[in-house]
Amino acid sequence: MADDKSPDRRNAPYEFGFETRTIHAGARPDPITGARSTPIYQTTSYVFDDVDHAADLFNLQTFGFIYSRLTNPTVSVLEERLANLENGRAAVCASSGHAAQFLAFFTLLSPGDEFVASKNLYGGSITQFGISFKRLGWTCHFADPADPENFRKAITPKTKAIFIEVLANPGGVVVDLEAVSAIAKDAGIPLIIDNTLATPYLCRPFEWGADLIVHSTTKFLSGHGTSLGGAIIESGKFDWSQNDAFPTMTEPDPAYHGLTFAETFGDFGFTMKARAVGLRDFGPCMSPQNAFYTITGLETLHLRMDRHVENAQAVAAFLDGDDRVAWVSYAGLPSSPYHDLAKKYLPKGAGSVFTCGLKGGYEAGVKLVENVNLFSHLANVGDTRSLILHPASTTHRQLTDEQRDAAGAGADVIRLSIGIETADDLIHDLDQGLSAI
Amino acid sequence: MNGDVPLHYQDALIEGILRQVRTVAMVGASANWVRPSNFVMKYMQGKGFRIIPINPGQAGSEILGEACYANLADVPDPIDMVDIFRGSEAAGGIVDEVIPMAADKGIQVIWMQLGVRNDDAAARAEAAGLTVVMDRCPKIEYGRLFGELSWSGVNSGVISSKRRKVG
Repeated sequence: MADDKSPDRRNAPYEFGFETRTIHAGARPDPITGARSTPIYQTTSYVFDDVDHAADLFNLQTFGFIYSRLTNPTVSVLEERLANLENGRAAVCASSGHAAQFLAFFTLLSPGDEFVASKNLYGGSITQFGISFKRLGWTCHFADPADPENFRKAITPKTKAIFIEVLANPGGVVVDLEAVSAIAKDAGIPLIIDNTLATPYLCRPFEWGADLIVHSTTKFLSGHGTSLGGAIIESGKFDWSQNDAFPTMTEPDPAYHGLTFAETFGDFGFTMKARAVGLRDFGPCMSPQNAFYTITGLETLHLRMDRHVENAQAVAAFLDGDDRVAWVSYAGLPSSPYHDLAKKYLPKGAGSVFTCGLKGGYEAGVKLVENVNLFSHLANVGDTRSLILHPASTTHRQLTDEQRDAAGAGADVIRLSIGIETADDLIHDLDQGLSAI
Repeated sequence: MNGDVPLHYQDALIEGILRQVRTVAMVGASANWVRPSNFVMKYMQGKGFRIIPINPGQAGSEILGEACYANLADVPDPIDMVDIFRGSEAAGGIVDEVIPMAADKGIQVIWMQLGVRNDDAAARAEAAGLTVVMDRCPKIEYGRLFGELSWSGVNSGVISSKRRKVG
């Protein structure tokens, strides 16, 4: 090329649009066969060229495949695509969103360390952080995200991270990402975002200063209720050596022959460590089959999210105007206290998972979930199908009344995940379900 | 010393360098096998590059099978590229060492590692007709452009409907 010898360092490369990247990022045609769709590499292991190649791979001196617990060519396409869509540096997939959270915190924390999390989280995360992590010596302090300063107040010298869901499950709460990010920066600790309910189509946490993103890819990313999965995405911008708080990144790792991950792998050191130590030693890897379904699902993410949001807005408006419903917590409604934050952080829509309260309380909630015919009564979100749940009697059952109320999952609360069916049909189904109470 | 402007290099430039260059003098190569410079040297050797280590502390001994020299002037063989594994300040002095010997040694490219950037030195080298890459790692760039880095979930930024080239 004519300009090979005159690098113009000031000209940014061409940037492809989000829609193009949902389809193409990470997935070029197979170099040998030309296969255009990403093949499912259903294999446990990979041959070595010779013993030196094997040694280089095990020592992380070269890139390549050893065993599918660590890397798999189908899974790596999904990892690169997710890293690309979040405008991050690198990603590692896991068997579920919970596994991704475990890997993220295992990579960050040592026994005795603490982190601060929003109290508005998926109920399973509250249990994972508050109870199961405690047995590993990791202490989570929960903070009310309504005032971001609550995070600052909860930080101690042992705090190693702040964790929030920008668009919280199940309550329709939007957290002031930029303000929390500034607090994390002041403290010299990473801000971890669970971006599951927003997806990178609706919210790009790295653009607001987040450092790590976790996903349950099971939800909108895979999108069809077929495949479990999780992911951690690294921005590549967090400076692990700015203080001495992150020895797991900045000191020689005895689990890897004295390798220092931040120094050796630079801006993708966290991902390498989560994979090379976390996945290696605990094993919660994503299967290639699930990666394939998730890759396929991602290719329509932008189309699905637009319809999810459009339908959610219509259903929320219906419920908001219905006198059998006490309240609707959807940040897309102008009456929501989170509407302005939603407009800032979720400009294309406030997602499609929200809650409403029934005037009939707990009993009415149980009846509604049993009376609907189109909504599916189950514990998931982010399916093409519309889903309904009464958290107090299911997902949040293990929490105390106080914790349930704090998480926005009180006795009268119904959680809806609005699918991409005909909006009028969804409204009709809820209407008849409410009439039967 | 450096502008605030982020560095951007066209993929075609980086790929062209990595396809043309065969012999690289690595200033600051470490004999310690867990050090990043040693990782890069071993990886690049595996891709068919000859890496000549430059390290005064190791001069006279070998690193990964290659004789180590105290400085660039001592290297008896032609060099295509100098890879600088030293701090940004030190990079300036190394560039000034390279410029007068470039024609004689055949040096066409000065590469500064990830985290190493010296805009003034780069301007001097470019004025002397050398190609300069800063704040990049040849191992990472090689892996990125030839697909291997994607195997570890790293965002290569490459979007293409053409078959991946096998490096």
